[in-house]
Amino acid sequence: MYNSETGQIGKARPLSPHLYVYKPEINMLMSIIHRATGAALYFGTIMLAIWLIAASSGSEPFQFVNSLFATLPGRLVMLGYTWAFLHHMFGGIRHFIWDVGYAFDLPSINFLCWLTLIASLLCTVMIWLIAGGFEGAF
Amino acid sequence: MSMRTPLKNVRRLGSAKEGADHFWQQRVTAVANIFLGLFFVWLIANTSGQEYEVVKGWLANPLVAISLLLMISSGMYHMRLGMQVIIEDYVDAESIKIVLLMLNTFFAIAVGLASAFAIFKINFGA
Repeated sequence: MYNSETGQIGKARPLSPHLYVYKPEINMLMSIIHRATGAALYFGTIMLAIWLIAASSGSEPFQFVNSLFATLPGRLVMLGYTWAFLHHMFGGIRHFIWDVGYAFDLPSINFLCWLTLIASLLCTVMIWLIAGGFEGAF
Repeated sequence: MSMRTPLKNVRRLGSAKEGADHFWQQRVTAVANIFLGLFFVWLIANTSGQEYEVVKGWLANPLVAISLLLMISSGMYHMRLGMQVIIEDYVDAESIKIVLLMLNTFFAIAVGLASAFAIFKINFGA
């Protein structure tokens, strides 16, 4: 029998519990952010292609694209992209540790998850300070 | 008693017929991306705010160009696998899912090829 409420054939089946029934935990948050940063990095590769194509097209297109990246919104996107990469990378390393069978006890899981977050934020700021990415932005 | 044939066990391909390939390829490209991604961060840190000729000089360096090509190949492969999982997780309707999976492949190859083309043009072009 077609059920117009669920759009499926037969009676509505019980659903498994979803996110909202669980207390937020750091490993849950890191898992979500890992996927979100992955998706952000995915679409951000368009910027890499634009930058490289501009560099291959000559001085004027290159300077135009660079001037866009140098604006405050442009720099914020770059800053976010740096963090997204580092967070996804540290998250990936955490997954490698789990892949080989270590750190499955709760204290280790929580420690590694916090470490991912803190390391990604610290390294982002450090890289930008060393590279001078904040200079002339404000 | 298992209903599996000995051949099925030997092949280790499972019901999806591709075994652990997806998992393994994701991990192999992930390892490569650690090194290639950090190289890229280093490259951008060194070229940001530089004049056009200087940046072009960096991109024309064979080691930089080859590393970039490696990063683009590994990165595009990795992100295509990752987005495939996201689509499979969240999109229920079979028709939309198949279209999105195709677009995912098109996107990764188009961005990858455009980037690679630009690097080749800088190194071999006029």
